[in-house]
Amino acid sequence: MTPVATTFHTPHRVAHRHTTSEPPVVRRLLIGVALGFLSLFLFLPLVFVFTQAFAKGIGFYFHTLHDPMAWSAIKLTFTAAVIAVPLNCVFGVCAAWLIAKFDFRGKNILLTLIDLPFSVSPVIAGLIYVLVFGAQGWLGLYKNADNPKFPWLANWLLAHDFQIIFAGPGIVLATIFVTFPFVARELIPLMQAQGRSEEEAARVLGASGWQTFWRVTLPNIKWGLLYGVILCNARAMGEFGAVAVVSGRIRGQTNTIPLHIEALYDDYNFTGAFAVASLLAFLALITLGLKTWVEHNAAQNAIEAGP
Amino acid sequence: MASDSVRPKKIRVLPGFKLTLGFTVFYLGLIVLIPLAAVFWKATSLTWPEFWRTVTMPTALASYRLTFGASFLAALVNAFFGLIVAWVLVRYEFFGKKIVDALVDLPFALPTAVAGITLASLYGQNGWIGQLLMPLGIKVANTQLGIFIALTFIGLPFIVRTVQPILEDLDPELEEAASSLGASRWQIFWRVILPMLTPALLTGFALAFARALGEYGSVIFIAGNKPMLTQITPVIIMQELDMFDYPKATAIAVVMLVVSFVLLLAINVLQWWTNRYNTTNLA
Repeated sequence: MTPVATTFHTPHRVAHRHTTSEPPVVRRLLIGVALGFLSLFLFLPLVFVFTQAFAKGIGFYFHTLHDPMAWSAIKLTFTAAVIAVPLNCVFGVCAAWLIAKFDFRGKNILLTLIDLPFSVSPVIAGLIYVLVFGAQGWLGLYKNADNPKFPWLANWLLAHDFQIIFAGPGIVLATIFVTFPFVARELIPLMQAQGRSEEEAARVLGASGWQTFWRVTLPNIKWGLLYGVILCNARAMGEFGAVAVVSGRIRGQTNTIPLHIEALYDDYNFTGAFAVASLLAFLALITLGLKTWVEHNAAQNAIEAGP
Repeated sequence: MASDSVRPKKIRVLPGFKLTLGFTVFYLGLIVLIPLAAVFWKATSLTWPEFWRTVTMPTALASYRLTFGASFLAALVNAFFGLIVAWVLVRYEFFGKKIVDALVDLPFALPTAVAGITLASLYGQNGWIGQLLMPLGIKVANTQLGIFIALTFIGLPFIVRTVQPILEDLDPELEEAASSLGASRWQIFWRVILPMLTPALLTGFALAFARALGEYGSVIFIAGNKPMLTQITPVIIMQELDMFDYPKATAIAVVMLVVSFVLLLAINVLQWWTNRYNTTNLA
């Protein structure tokens, strides 16, 4: 690693080239296998989405997207994402600050619990909210109990009979659950690696807590934060299983974009389904593009910041 | 010695411990822990024999076998090809490498429903690939093979993204040393490189496997969901929910959750192992 060692090895480099790299035939074969595998599983499906979307011409494409059902699905999906992403963003920054800047007991357990939603099947992610808020769930059973423990709460629930399951709030909750760890997971390792010294210096020099966060921490984590938000948003807009359980699939009311795609597909309107699907595929491509851009910028920053 | 005894009284220079701890625990409890607890609460509405009969009904047993088997095979295939993809991306130069590198994450970014209808159509009777496989007598759509393909698709990035950074950080001097001692390229790969990649490979495998077990959206369209044949476990839960049989759905969910938690634990141990390996390499 040290410059001395490198110069020492330089004369041998040419001789070693053959033994620390593969022969050209093997190299080409491996590249071929890798590209073949990726073509079959990634490129072909991606190309297929867009060709199918425009199979009946551009007129049909925009006709499908102009449909009121499609519009209501697009609006609902954006609403859910607009609520879920900022909430998980605030949580992510909070949790990362807690874990990176302080030592306390139970930190590892907390880290595991934050990752928990990733290992829960989307269908179960929907189910848990049905069990809390549904008619046969905690709140539902409590509301309709003969002798509830807190009568005022039961009365209040009955008076404000808002629906959570098979309605918008349930969809928002399920979306928050499945995107829960994204921002935290990006920020925690980043902030742990950055340590505490910069913030501590700012504090010692008289900056307030908020000033330290806005002027010292945030500029350091902005790329990681942006990356987390992008991934969180992509998942929020594309979630299917969890949302399918809590939405009730009422067309024009509680269908999100992925559920609308399923409805069109089940109606054998394949071109229509792919037309709507192409919106989400396009979103996925934008996500990948932004991700590459953010990674590039982060790497650039690291080089500039380095010695 | 002195600093140890002082430690409990150490003043925290940075503010916000109580605020961030409070909010983190509150939000985690509200969104994740309390709702998850509801599953175990609801499961108690069944008696033990009822619970056992539900989770061991023939359709459920068949679904466990299928879900486990297909997920395991898909993760295995991904481990093999993922290693090759990571290797090629780290070590070789070729045209369009940056685009290929970016597209590896497509299964993370592409919504599962989109992946589901795409794979179902692509491998269907009239699809681009289905058409080619038909004359060979291979049916993919509505078979277990289809489920395997969908799970391979969604698990693809895990291995690549866990192996890639380790491969990038590998010290070339180790390979040079092995080669100067007379090892062939194949021996170096098998005896020097692969052992160092093993923790990362296992972590990636476990992540892909865990993700595949719970997968729903990308599978249901290509699976056909025939009972005993092509029904994965999340579909069984969905069916019970559609019949408003919440206790039954919950019982199956408990089985899945317990398996997921055990896997999560295993992944944490593996990741700790990977990190330890990695830092000792760098030191």
